[in-house]
Amino acid sequence: MTTAAAAGQPVLQVRDLSVVFPARRGNPAVKAVDRVSFDIAPGQTLGLVGESGSGKTTTGRAILQLQSATAGSVKLLGQELTTMPRGDLRRMRRHMQFVLQNPYSSLHPRMTVARILTEPLQVHHSVAPAQMPDRITQLMELVGLEPDMVQRYPHEFSGGQRQRIVIARALAVHPDFVVCDEPVSALDVRTQAQIVELLRTLQDKLGLSYLFIAHDLALVRQVAHRVAVMYGGQLVELGDAAQVYETPAHPYTRSLLDAVPIPDPARQRAKLAAAPPEPEFDQHKDPLGPCVFGEDHGRTGNSTWHVVCPGHGVSCRFWPPAAF
Amino acid sequence: MSASAKPLLQVQRLSAQFTRDAVVSQVVKGISFDIAAGEAVGFVGESGCGKSVTARAMMRLAPEGSSVELGGVVRFDGQDLLQLREADMCDIRGQRIAMVFQDPMTSLNPVLSVGAQIDDIMRRHTGVSRAQARRRTVELLGLVGIRDAARRSEDFPHQFSGGMRQRVLIAMAVSCQPDLLIADEPTTALDVTVQAQILRLLLRLRQELGMALMLITHDFGVIAGMVERVYVMLDGQIVEAGAVDDIFARPQHAYTRALLDAVPRLESAGRLMP
Repeated sequence: MTTAAAAGQPVLQVRDLSVVFPARRGNPAVKAVDRVSFDIAPGQTLGLVGESGSGKTTTGRAILQLQSATAGSVKLLGQELTTMPRGDLRRMRRHMQFVLQNPYSSLHPRMTVARILTEPLQVHHSVAPAQMPDRITQLMELVGLEPDMVQRYPHEFSGGQRQRIVIARALAVHPDFVVCDEPVSALDVRTQAQIVELLRTLQDKLGLSYLFIAHDLALVRQVAHRVAVMYGGQLVELGDAAQVYETPAHPYTRSLLDAVPIPDPARQRAKLAAAPPEPEFDQHKDPLGPCVFGEDHGRTGNSTWHVVCPGHGVSCRFWPPAAF
Repeated sequence: MSASAKPLLQVQRLSAQFTRDAVVSQVVKGISFDIAAGEAVGFVGESGCGKSVTARAMMRLAPEGSSVELGGVVRFDGQDLLQLREADMCDIRGQRIAMVFQDPMTSLNPVLSVGAQIDDIMRRHTGVSRAQARRRTVELLGLVGIRDAARRSEDFPHQFSGGMRQRVLIAMAVSCQPDLLIADEPTTALDVTVQAQILRLLLRLRQELGMALMLITHDFGVIAGMVERVYVMLDGQIVEAGAVDDIFARPQHAYTRALLDAVPRLESAGRLMP
């Protein structure tokens, strides 16, 4: 654990982060991420939820500096990343790693697991060559794989095992912060549960902080301490998981929560038979976004952040809305 | 299903064996089930359990590059589909039994307007005129909730979002008023709000058109509100069958319990694993 984290500072601090994809071939510019701000505390998980196209993956990529930000600040362990020289950034990458959705495409098919796990150790010079085999054995055990499987190739593993290899690779260099972008959505439901449990165990053991990006709200409920909801590139709600799930303030959050199927036949039948409680949201048709409290609220001006209660905020220009 | 309901589909000892690169694999191992007219039945299991192959075997659709050997009886409305000539099978597919797959992009022809694709199916199966087919296509696109249907029917698949494409496929599937709609993971690639819209759409169409539904999914949450009965599949076999409420309330097989326990719930932040 580093000094900044030890001092109770957030591991990650994101302020007014924006990513604009410029206009191209007659298509207008796209504000993929629009003034997004949040913190992640040491050892905690922020769940970032939203629908496809909401900007959650771009947010993760901009934090990792895999996508350059148009504006805003990203501080990891107190250090500004957006203006950091390349060499420094490369050294900083030891502290931030990622786990992506598809364990079939994120492992090199012609590399053995041993080589896959050795590579980050070499790049970051984090282990002396003599200690490599020990570290690799340790990593395999950490993610629940047999150490003697390291001479195998990715195709010899199941989807869940591959995702364990991806996690081991991310953890090889002792990161403080890991972006998990839909880490289990390509997996079967039982395997999902196992990988989620592994991520949680590793967090407890190693004090990791996660940005957990997912579209599955029920799944995020199982892992997140805090939850951020994205819509049309903007953050529309941010709060402790219990606050956001039990007393959602934004109608879009409510519509997302309502759409999650309930694994209980009688209740799910009743829900499907009833009309959806919120109007349909179309983030692509409403790029100015999150003011969805009523038509009178118009489509111009900047949204404001309203505090519902300490630690729980919602984006809207008019709060509380008259009809709420 | 009540005892008096006449089965629309009666499958007995269905087996499917694939040979690919000289490797033989038994993917469906002699399963039996039935679906009554107008009934909704769910097939639940993890990837590789044989649930999709079961549907494809019934329809005699084999993956490319493989040789498939089918066994058993698939009795549909009095005739055994496995014994039909291919030409007769073509009359069943799309017309009496229609399918909707997970990936709406690969199931549509990218260089034809969606309207033309629905027209084609109706003209192939029902022999309606071009003008009649066109009229019916616009009606159908409206029925599945596509606004401005007449204009949108001229658009190509890439001009639709994932959810809208799935609506197009559903419109296409119900265009000939099939007796049975097979939906194989119809909402897996979709956002949760779009999933809810598609599920409501399927329920409504079932009611309006009186068709039976075979819903294949790995997600017990999706199954919960959609079907009357459930078959749970594991390793090419049916390991549990019953009314949906009974399966959720009193799962008998350890595998069914494990699948149900792994479904994350919104209400609790509790651990998924014991």
